[in-house]
Amino acid sequence: MFNKIKTIWDIARRLSGDDAYERYLKHLERHHSHNYPDLSVHEGCQIPLSKAEFYKQWQDEKWKGIKRCC
Amino acid sequence: MKKILQKCVWPFITLIGALAVGGIAINRGEPINALWLIIAALCIYSIGYRFYALWIASTVLVVDKTRATPAERLDNGRDFVPTNKWIVFGHHFAAIAGPGPLIGPTLAAQFGYLPGTLWILFGAVLGGCVQDMVTLFLSTRRDAKSLGQMARDELGPLGGTAALTATFAIMIILIAVLGLVVVNAMKHSPWATFTVSATIPIAMIIGVYMRYIRPGQVLEASIIGVTLLLLSVVGGRFIDGQETLRILFDQEGLTLAWYVMAYGFAAAILPVWLLLAPRDYLSTYMKIGTITLLAIAIILLQPNIKMPAITQFIDGTGPIFSGKLFPFVFITIACGAISGFHSLVASGTTPKLLSNEEDICMIGYGGMLLESFVAIMAMIAATVLDPGVFFAINSPAGIVGAEAVDAVAKISSWGFPVTVEQMHSLANEMGETTLFARTGGAPSLAVGMASIFGSAFGEGFLSIWYHFAIMFEAVFILTTLDAGTRVGRFMLQDILGNVWPKMGETSWIPSVIFTSFAVVAGWGYFLYIGVIDPNGGVNILWPLFGIANQMLAAIALSVATGILVKSDKLKYAWITGIPLFWLVTITSTAAWEKVSSDNIRLGFFSAANDLADKLANGLLPPAKAAVAPQLIFNLQLDAWITISFVSLLWIIVFDMLRVSLRHLQGKPVLPLTESAYCPSRLTDEWIRD
Repeated sequence: MFNKIKTIWDIARRLSGDDAYERYLKHLERHHSHNYPDLSVHEGCQIPLSKAEFYKQWQDEKWKGIKRCC
Repeated sequence: MKKILQKCVWPFITLIGALAVGGIAINRGEPINALWLIIAALCIYSIGYRFYALWIASTVLVVDKTRATPAERLDNGRDFVPTNKWIVFGHHFAAIAGPGPLIGPTLAAQFGYLPGTLWILFGAVLGGCVQDMVTLFLSTRRDAKSLGQMARDELGPLGGTAALTATFAIMIILIAVLGLVVVNAMKHSPWATFTVSATIPIAMIIGVYMRYIRPGQVLEASIIGVTLLLLSVVGGRFIDGQETLRILFDQEGLTLAWYVMAYGFAAAILPVWLLLAPRDYLSTYMKIGTITLLAIAIILLQPNIKMPAITQFIDGTGPIFSGKLFPFVFITIACGAISGFHSLVASGTTPKLLSNEEDICMIGYGGMLLESFVAIMAMIAATVLDPGVFFAINSPAGIVGAEAVDAVAKISSWGFPVTVEQMHSLANEMGETTLFARTGGAPSLAVGMASIFGSAFGEGFLSIWYHFAIMFEAVFILTTLDAGTRVGRFMLQDILGNVWPKMGETSWIPSVIFTSFAVVAGWGYFLYIGVIDPNGGVNILWPLFGIANQMLAAIALSVATGILVKSDKLKYAWITGIPLFWLVTITSTAAWEKVSSDNIRLGFFSAANDLADKLANGLLPPAKAAVAPQLIFNLQLDAWITISFVSLLWIIVFDMLRVSLRHLQGKPVLPLTESAYCPSRLTDEWIRD
């Protein structure tokens, strides 16, 4: 039961973007920590951004282009 | 035993589906239960998905689960992110489903429940879902390119320009008609006006909260926002009861139209985080929550449908919009059956999240099936009303008369009895002063939803349910309106940037102000005319929107058909070719009638000439004479817009045929731009399911 609630909660977080920052950190860890010791020079993926800074960029990017229909 | 059961399940679903469709199609006179519509829909969707969609995916498109998707190859942890298919489905559905599938079926209910329902079901399964799925596939194979880019790369510059022009045009018309729907829902309704206005500061509070107070705490902020929205519905009742506050929100349609334009302008220039993004969050929750609630309520309540299967208005004399069943039912219901706009989301946005090609079927085809189901529920909500009430709410004063007595007499004379007392007490229950001539579909849908919700979850709160439904519709109409204005602004800046590079800088303030103003002026003009038109602008604007949307669908299907032919899949080109042929037929016929008909309610030119004659001979009452010159100009403009839409459509169809023919003759054509095969290395099970 608890697991189910946890799953639903995770889905809700994922759908709404609540966990976007955590996923971003994971992405950095998985893809860039070994290959790019100096992260600050890698395109698009600078040094781990602060949560507020990441969220700003994430939201601005999200609203480029057509996101909503009739 | 299990095998026998498995073998039986599809024949069984087919049988039930056939019985349900046959039942609703043959049934005459006796009221039919809404559950039959739901059953028919679910059976047709299942069969369509199992036997058509999966076949297209495996045999025609040949999706390859070993091939890395753009999300995997270009993963940047932000917009290109391989994502669990259910999450992508959620994003995709939230993006494609807007107010369209709610409004179209409500208006088309004037023909009876049957024509619209059949078109929603078969149009979606054979047309709309196929378009969405194929576009999603093509864009996924092309690094998530947009429809316009694909048209340019695969067909040539002509195709690309046509797609861009069509997108811009549809945006302008769509926003105007949606603006009109909101204005008509708020006109002289202090409660609705307050609730809808309150959504703006609420969105801003949430925006500030998510940006500065608790950055990135999206869910937390959303819960606060949704609570505030619900409070604003109740707060509207309080405002409505206060004489001094009430008059502040009791406004004429035209005043409200100016407010909506000012709002659109502000939303286009304000930063997204302040208004657009938080509003979009709130509207998405409202949308998904309310649609789920409606489905539960319909299944619990099992209401009877009171509208006849087919009304006399199939002859083209309908009060809500004019024009015969063919082609106008197909134009009126675009979203829910086939909607060109979806091809813009299916290309560009969704492919950036797709983790595996195998999911294309479920997301592209399945997402549209769900939207089609929303349209079926809107049809049910419209047709469970007494037909007399339905027509009284939706018929413009210019057709049935501005006085209540005249309106009920006229509507009753059509064979749909309704009385002034009935309308009065209904308005009372809904907390409104009047429900006559509340055109645009939103109020009648809200009455339908309120009566369904009221019967299912508590009769005492009809007025709350009604305004909740109005708020729910308004909140995502306004989201489409401000998101659309913003996209229009970017497109215009992009176009102008070719001439004067400085204009192309999206953050250069003079350019931002100028282009936002131009886009708002574009749709604002049509909204203004729609509001001052005594016949209600819906009769003009909605068909124009339908034609534009179907035209965009035809462009997407042309691109798809062209690519199928170029990929040497001529024998399968019919899967997009047949819907394309059908769309070209209906849009061309509808456009021809809108331009050339002698019927002044249908033909733009004949209406303009008739009005000009009456004006010249002094036959118009002073109020109408004052606006007549504007109306005449607008009718002529609408005619030319319609002509240009259809010309654009034919240009791209011929361009596609030219490219296809050259390919078949072995002559050189633009090469396929599919990106090279790259094996998928995604092994994380959590991503897949």
